[in-house]
Amino acid sequence: MREGYRRPIPATWWLQKRSYSLFMLREFTSVFVGGYAFFLLVLVSRAQDPASFASFYEALMSPLSIVLHVLALAMVLYHTVTWLNLTPKVVIVWRGEQKLAPFVIAGAHYLLWLVTSGAVVWLVLS
Amino acid sequence: MASASAATQVLEVFRYSPEQDPEPHFQSYEVPFHDDWVVLDALNHIKDRMDWSLTHRWSCRMGVCGSCGMMVNGEAKLTCAAFLRDYYPKPIRVEPLTGFPVLRDLVINMDDFMEKLVQVKSWLIPKEPRELSQGEYRQSPAELARYKQFSMCINCMLCYAACPVYALHTDFIGPAAIALAQRYNLDSRDAGEQQRAEAIQADEGVWECTFVGECSKVCPKDVDPAGAIQQAKMAGAIDWYKALLPRGKG
Repeated sequence: MREGYRRPIPATWWLQKRSYSLFMLREFTSVFVGGYAFFLLVLVSRAQDPASFASFYEALMSPLSIVLHVLALAMVLYHTVTWLNLTPKVVIVWRGEQKLAPFVIAGAHYLLWLVTSGAVVWLVLS
Repeated sequence: MASASAATQVLEVFRYSPEQDPEPHFQSYEVPFHDDWVVLDALNHIKDRMDWSLTHRWSCRMGVCGSCGMMVNGEAKLTCAAFLRDYYPKPIRVEPLTGFPVLRDLVINMDDFMEKLVQVKSWLIPKEPRELSQGEYRQSPAELARYKQFSMCINCMLCYAACPVYALHTDFIGPAAIALAQRYNLDSRDAGEQQRAEAIQADEGVWECTFVGECSKVCPKDVDPAGAIQQAKMAGAIDWYKALLPRGKG
């Protein structure tokens, strides 16, 4: 008797608020992060065999492949930026009675991201 | 300062009487509009002057007691801090907090939240028993600063109403209870972290949270429960790795 009336949650609950929709988009971008990691594994595996790599490389030049790559880039960037923006919630550094400002924590992560990305670009191009 | 005009505003109020209604419905009330009225004033006006059968909770009327939390146009808010002028002239839809069973009209059943506060042992567990004659537990301002933000929680449950994870999985310990557990874990006088870990490091604890972040946005006291949950995840992960070390806890 005391439990009360439970209101049903519609399957479209995540469309009812912009912040919920953006959260779902952030979660959805994980599919592209995982998918692209898998693609990189396939790429490395194919690169071992120059004969089959030529046809694989040609397929990568197709318009569909280029569209997918641009989409994956946008999704991975969104995933990265939203993730790095949340780091000040997780990493708390105290200096006496004061917390280190959130922009310093997020900034340090962005800097690390840029340095790591630069190192990867240098490694690939050299 | 109340306006002298005869302006009115419509409140669409969620109504549910378990003895009469198989399903809830909305009832509209036209209340006087005053510049300095909050939604709670309008609800009290309805209860006092228009329809005594309307049931809602409230107490302090100044954002301290945490009793008057409701959904105002779909947002979890303390109705004592939601001004009519911010919605005027559009109608305001008032509903009970999302995610909780409704007992009557705007009153929710909060038993689940109360049980979760017990599950996470949201009280101080001292390092050793202490006699009164031994004096007070001393704490520096820096030690106080570590947990003070999380201690500002008024148990209003707005964070639960904003959390889609709790609405979908009511086993989830939830934002306020975890923030309060973290409040005591960070207290230099406390030694209960391992005891609380059983509840908050379980699947239904911090690991159920997907970091939607809405709990912190609706918190009227800037407690930041989303931050507390992520910090508790970090502490749990560090403990887990430490336990793998040869001389770690295990």
